[in-house]
Amino acid sequence: MLSGYIAHHLRALLGSAGRLARAPFATFMTALVIALALATPLGLAVLVRNALAATGGFAAAMDLSVYLHASVPLSRAQALAHAARARAGVAAVDVISADDALQEFRRYSGFGDALAALPGNPLPNVLRVHPTAQASSAQALAALRNWFASRPEVEVVQVDADWVRRFNALLELLRRVLWVAGAVLSAAVLVVVGNTIRLEIANRRAEIEVVKLVGGSDAFVRRPFLYTGALYGATGALLAWAVVAAALLALQGPVSDLAQAYGSRFGIAGPTLPEAGLTLGAGTLLGWLGAWVSAARHLHSIEPRE
Amino acid sequence: MIVFERVTKRYPNGREALTGASFSIDTGEMVFLTGRSGAGKSTVLKLIALIERPTRGTVSVDGLNLGQMRPHRLPAYRRMLGVVFQEHRLLADRPVFDNVALPLVVSGAKPAEVDKRVRAALDQVGLRGREPMLPNELSVGEQQRVGIARAVVARPRVLIADEPTGNLDPDLALEVMRLFKRFQDVGVTVVVATHDLHLVQQFGQRSIVLEAGRVLGSGEAPLPSMTASR
Repeated sequence: MLSGYIAHHLRALLGSAGRLARAPFATFMTALVIALALATPLGLAVLVRNALAATGGFAAAMDLSVYLHASVPLSRAQALAHAARARAGVAAVDVISADDALQEFRRYSGFGDALAALPGNPLPNVLRVHPTAQASSAQALAALRNWFASRPEVEVVQVDADWVRRFNALLELLRRVLWVAGAVLSAAVLVVVGNTIRLEIANRRAEIEVVKLVGGSDAFVRRPFLYTGALYGATGALLAWAVVAAALLALQGPVSDLAQAYGSRFGIAGPTLPEAGLTLGAGTLLGWLGAWVSAARHLHSIEPRE
Repeated sequence: MIVFERVTKRYPNGREALTGASFSIDTGEMVFLTGRSGAGKSTVLKLIALIERPTRGTVSVDGLNLGQMRPHRLPAYRRMLGVVFQEHRLLADRPVFDNVALPLVVSGAKPAEVDKRVRAALDQVGLRGREPMLPNELSVGEQQRVGIARAVVARPRVLIADEPTGNLDPDLALEVMRLFKRFQDVGVTVVVATHDLHLVQQFGQRSIVLEAGRVLGSGEAPLPSMTASR
């Protein structure tokens, strides 16, 4: 009985695949529509992942510049740096002495003569604090900032994280768009497959009547259509992967050039194996589901007649 | 046993195809349903195959009240029937083997069993060797025999046939009827709707004569009124 059951499933699967293969253009067009619907969320997922990878150095970008009072000597600056290094969430602290800062300013500003005329060094000692990646959140940075600000040696603490927050908000927006697009386009896949299966059922009405007349159950009659839907979904998912991979290939050069202009060796990465697998699984499932809904709705009304 | 008790069937268009029809057919009996076109022969077969349900009255097969049968029990019931149509109703895009195998496949038979029984059924109808051919590559008579092979391949308890010889020449029609008789000989209940009185007379089986949806009578030869109507 089991071998008969398996044989029937195999026959239904191969029969469905054969039917699709015998109408390659129609199959391709349907699969392409499904592919375009699936490619959008897949492409967005890849975009978000690449954006996260490209901004992996945000911890460094969110350094704190701690300006001490001009009267604070270098030894106290170093003691404060030592205390800061002992704090959790601090990866490193560099001490930029007032003398080093003046020399650097003199070298790059072009005001060398004017600076020489000054009676003393107007610049303070500065600490450049690098938080750890785990302490780069807004709350952790605020806590670190408050700790420095509460010290009597400190005059100003500067954290330029606004643009990072904006970027993170943009990424979050993209993630939401990804989910919304995924949901809407999944519904589109259901409709496309459902409508295709509806037409298929209408074309095979006579066959369905005969199968029911010889004792074919609804499940038996439905099975080939479910395989057809699943195959449409799987083919669409594979095409979606190809579409996204091709799009990324086209973007690879310009993105690398842009990254190099910013001194980065970042290169855009295509869909990962889990992403490809998820798309294939989702496509197959959506195809199967669309076919099931359509078959349940339309097969019920077909009964043998003379 | 097939029992019709005061069965009336009225179609949605208002036509009453059967009016208070009562008769019974014993298990293992071969019976002809005769009558003019529109007499109600096909309706009787449709009611047995549960293609239609009675408007009034009771149809029962082997003790099952068909009018009260729930939809999910229909497939199992239909698997105990073999149905032969005048128009064959073969699947045009499937080879002869697949057409005949259909009742076995829907019942989940093992591939080896399907293979053995399909070849045996085709052997019975004289079509061994035609397995890979498509229906439209066969003659009308051969297509009818494929339909018969499909009807008997799953060893049904009841075989019903609607004008099975309508498209056949007299020799072939006789051969088909002999085939049905052989199934009856092995215990299958056979119900054949036909207006070919010559064939009916040749076989000497019981006939149920219908006229305008009513049972005129039954006996082992066509009734005079039936003969006169032809």
